[in-house]
Amino acid sequence: MGDYEPTIIAFVCNWCTYTAADLAGTSRLVQPANVRMVRMMCTGMVDPKYIIKALLEGADAVLVSGCHPGDCHYINGNLKARRRMKLLKEILPKFGFDERRLKMTWIGASEGIDFAETVRQMTAEVKALGPNDLRTRMVL
Amino acid sequence: MSKIGKITVKDRDTVSSLQDFLKLLLQKGAVEAVLVQQRLAINNAVMPALITDIENLGQADPLAPAFALNGARMLSRLTRKPLDAPIAAVMRPCEIRAFVELVKLKQGSVDNVILISADCLGAYPNNDYAKVAGMGAGAESTLSFYRNIISGKGTAAQDADISPACKSCEHPAAVNADITIGLLGTNMEENLLLIANTPKGEKLLADLGVKVEDEPLDGRKSALDALVGERIEYRDRMFARTSEAVSSVEKLMGYLRACVNCHNCRVACPVCYCRECVFTTDVFDHEPAQYLRWAKRRGALKMPTDTVFFHLTRLAHMSAACIGCGQCSNACPNDVPVMELFRTVAHGVQGAFGYGAGASLEDEPPLSVFHEKEFCEVTGGHD
Repeated sequence: MGDYEPTIIAFVCNWCTYTAADLAGTSRLVQPANVRMVRMMCTGMVDPKYIIKALLEGADAVLVSGCHPGDCHYINGNLKARRRMKLLKEILPKFGFDERRLKMTWIGASEGIDFAETVRQMTAEVKALGPNDLRTRMVL
Repeated sequence: MSKIGKITVKDRDTVSSLQDFLKLLLQKGAVEAVLVQQRLAINNAVMPALITDIENLGQADPLAPAFALNGARMLSRLTRKPLDAPIAAVMRPCEIRAFVELVKLKQGSVDNVILISADCLGAYPNNDYAKVAGMGAGAESTLSFYRNIISGKGTAAQDADISPACKSCEHPAAVNADITIGLLGTNMEENLLLIANTPKGEKLLADLGVKVEDEPLDGRKSALDALVGERIEYRDRMFARTSEAVSSVEKLMGYLRACVNCHNCRVACPVCYCRECVFTTDVFDHEPAQYLRWAKRRGALKMPTDTVFFHLTRLAHMSAACIGCGQCSNACPNDVPVMELFRTVAHGVQGAFGYGAGASLEDEPPLSVFHEKEFCEVTGGHD
């Protein structure tokens, strides 16, 4: 189990975290290749069902990452995303999903180092948690 | 102290005395129409009806322990645009709480509507009501329901009992009604209380010429507290049992095993507010080849797909607004105990946001407001 490679689905906003990820890449920062990124215009458009679907399809963790409060390109999309994450963190653990498989961070456009560090940390954490066994099991 | 009027019950016939009160609303011109449960001529069925003719109020039976559907949806249809004339809606407390949620979602309005609600002692599931009420007994079955309660025999009759949603309901008295018709704390075979909760309600009683007095409601309060206490006890046992039954995805799949994706629970839900549900759009008209790819990945694909996905998404949508009426379970063709599941999760969600669905028109629905400084634990303590 220790040597499995987790799959982390990351919903990142175009203006901040995606740009930070880009910066991490162009700065040649070393980071694990476990994250599959979905670039959204804003975290405020991450519908809870995207996250639920990712987990039911066997993603080992989901990361939602956007601009710091006050920096949102659309003024408050990130704050809406935070309430939705709060909602999911209340609902999903009732069904045995480990809360640590749901992560939300604020990573600004200039914070490439933060992004690489978040990916490293999260990958290690999710590795320790073990795989989401829904990947191979039939889901009703 | 509250402004209390009284309806004197004639010949111990609570139903017809209540009908007389509703007739007064039309006679005095206080309202143009009354939306109220009516006993249909066919097989003693009870359904909501919009009544304008006083004669038809002779079939009104707001106290019947029948709950075909949540009337909040019906009132929403009547009030989604401004009404020219006032109407009265006689609804259960849970219907009023659902309507409050819809008003906050701009799918209804309380302007020109007078909300009237009798204390609710519960209703039978749809499948059982016909059996309990019989095919032609008329309002007699309603009277015997209350007689049994008064005499301590309880609500069970002919192998049926009021639904689990009613047994676990901690809101038997409406909080948002303009007028509450009090059954608790009075002898309902002699007197019904008319409690005005709002200025609109007080004005209505004055317009109808109902004599009101300032009266303490101590007796009513203790009767209400006792009933609520009983129900909370039942509710908490239900929460514990359900939490245990769905504590892993494996168990949740077992819990939902009989679900055939008919989506009746969503149709019956008064607070499932989307005009078009995403699960009926072409987002879920998957490519035929996609099904094969899914099947190949896991070796087998349960058809229809997306059952658990549907219920979890529905929970994300409506759990903050769930008022616990139990119509989801009423509508389920395969007896999946969905009310228990939705209520258990909703209780946690509403607690997390400090929100009580249907409690007041002023409280903002949790997912419609947001602040810069809040829930910083979600982002690891940073805000």
